[in-house]
Amino acid sequence: MAVLTQKKPTTILEKLNDETWRRKFIRNVLIPWLFIAPLLILHIYVVTVPAVQGIYMSMTDWKGVGRNANFIGLENYRELFFEDETFGKALGNNIIWMIFFLTVPFILALFAATMLSQIKRGGMIYRSILFIPYVLASVVTITIWKNLLNPQRGIGAALDKMLGLEGAFGIAYLGRPESALMSIAFIDNWHFWGFLMILFLAAMQAIPPVLYDAAKIDGANRWQEFRHVTLPGIRPVVLFMFMMVAIWSFLAFDYIFLSTQGGPGGASEVIATLLYKNAFFRFEAGYGAAMGVVISIFAGFIIMIFVTLRRRGWDI
Amino acid sequence: MTAIGKVSLQDAVLQRGRSRERSRLLVFNHAVLLLLTAFAIVPLLVLAFNSVKTNLEIGQNPLGPPVNIVTDNFPNAWAKGHFATTMGNSIIYVVATIAAELVFGGLAAYALARKKPPGSDALMLYFLVASTIPLWMYIVPLFVQINALKRIGVDARLLLIMVYVAGNAPLTIFLLRSYMIDLPSELEDAARVDGANEFQVLTRIVIPLTMPGFLTVGLVVGLGVWNEFLLALTFIHDPNQYPVTTSFYKFVDRFDRDWALTSAGAVIIIFPVMVLFLALQRQFINGLAEGGIKT
Repeated sequence: MAVLTQKKPTTILEKLNDETWRRKFIRNVLIPWLFIAPLLILHIYVVTVPAVQGIYMSMTDWKGVGRNANFIGLENYRELFFEDETFGKALGNNIIWMIFFLTVPFILALFAATMLSQIKRGGMIYRSILFIPYVLASVVTITIWKNLLNPQRGIGAALDKMLGLEGAFGIAYLGRPESALMSIAFIDNWHFWGFLMILFLAAMQAIPPVLYDAAKIDGANRWQEFRHVTLPGIRPVVLFMFMMVAIWSFLAFDYIFLSTQGGPGGASEVIATLLYKNAFFRFEAGYGAAMGVVISIFAGFIIMIFVTLRRRGWDI
Repeated sequence: MTAIGKVSLQDAVLQRGRSRERSRLLVFNHAVLLLLTAFAIVPLLVLAFNSVKTNLEIGQNPLGPPVNIVTDNFPNAWAKGHFATTMGNSIIYVVATIAAELVFGGLAAYALARKKPPGSDALMLYFLVASTIPLWMYIVPLFVQINALKRIGVDARLLLIMVYVAGNAPLTIFLLRSYMIDLPSELEDAARVDGANEFQVLTRIVIPLTMPGFLTVGLVVGLGVWNEFLLALTFIHDPNQYPVTTSFYKFVDRFDRDWALTSAGAVIIIFPVMVLFLALQRQFINGLAEGGIKT
């Protein structure tokens, strides 16, 4: 009864004194935020705060040790883009990497997913086996392929022996400047493309079969079926993965670091490996941080392109 | 009668023609898929073969199946690679990360999906934006921060786990929240009417009914941590705290020419993953497809 006769609290003081309001506040605001707090605080501490610090650090000449950090403005960035030739080379390699990963795994995955989607029986077995390389650790994948690409004992040597050739295929794919980057891309793709295929396959299976029946009635051949039914059906996934893979191309690290460390002579260097070496081997923390910001700007730029296209009415 | 018979005959002819065409097409499909399957699996077979050969045999026969099977490589690799320690470490990293991720992620996702306190939308936007921040933007300052904590005596393993949990936080919240939103709220209301408190609603109703979501997050996060290399390399410098990946990296560096040994080591690392993958194929594939769209 007392509750009914009470007038609604308006000022903060009244609210705090009001039992019902307090209970409501605890239940609808305080407890939910207590649930959220641990993960949020941890995330801010591990990601957001260092990210902001990274921007500041990139404008200093800090060596990673000691307190003698001088603010030097955009000097690191100027050096990166106008002086440091290794960075230019690394950026170029990132772009080559991106072109490779926006084509090869996509074509492979689209092709395999199309083949797989038409199969009724045994599809699950193919799906599982094709997916296996994706669950392997990068250290293991690199070990496997370092052996397979070995000039004396690898596939190349075996091929030479079979064909009676000498040193035609048995070459040091990872050790030669002209083939190092593409060989690592090949290895990473061996690990990666199955994942893409699974995503495309799932999207293809979500296309209503009625559409295929309609295409058949209209006399479409397989290519036309693919072009006018399958592709539009999986378009959102393909375009989204275009964006993700483009971003990932600027983050590439593991496979390159584990196989060649960017060598020989910078032939397979990318921004991430250069950043790692600068920050953790050469104690150029500020310079490394600047590269991290540059990578983030590229990533942000790619996201912006896609957001803009979507705003313009693209079905992404 | 005859008309119907005629139609069904025509149908049968058509059907046969179609199925013959279909099966011819499927032969092509199977041929392509078998080729791709070989591409995926043969490198792994070579690895398995070499792990049961002697180095002498690998020298003569580096790619084919073993003539004599030897099993010595496994205990050798286990001992020389310090797998007893590093396996234990990796298990700690995986289990602790999954546990913390599911507890804190579950709590946060529940609050965001059901309670929607003021500020929820802003928080979702925060996680959406934060999930696009590349690791490279914050790894150098984070390294400094982590080192400062290590110097005052915080266990490096705990710090690495914290980094893993935080890094996977956006993915976990998005995934678990979407599972919880799909859950009809009548069940929870019914439990409340029966006198259950918020915590009981969460543990007795919401979590059991969104178990697939928790399993997905657990698998994606667990596999990611088991295979993780870069962060472990950056933050763990005591060999007694190495996970299998960074330890194996140093191991391969040391025994570069001993293929039998390093192949056995590689098999040891992928063995637990393979067992789990074969046991939970569907969950693995669907889970990674659903949650694997992350850096």
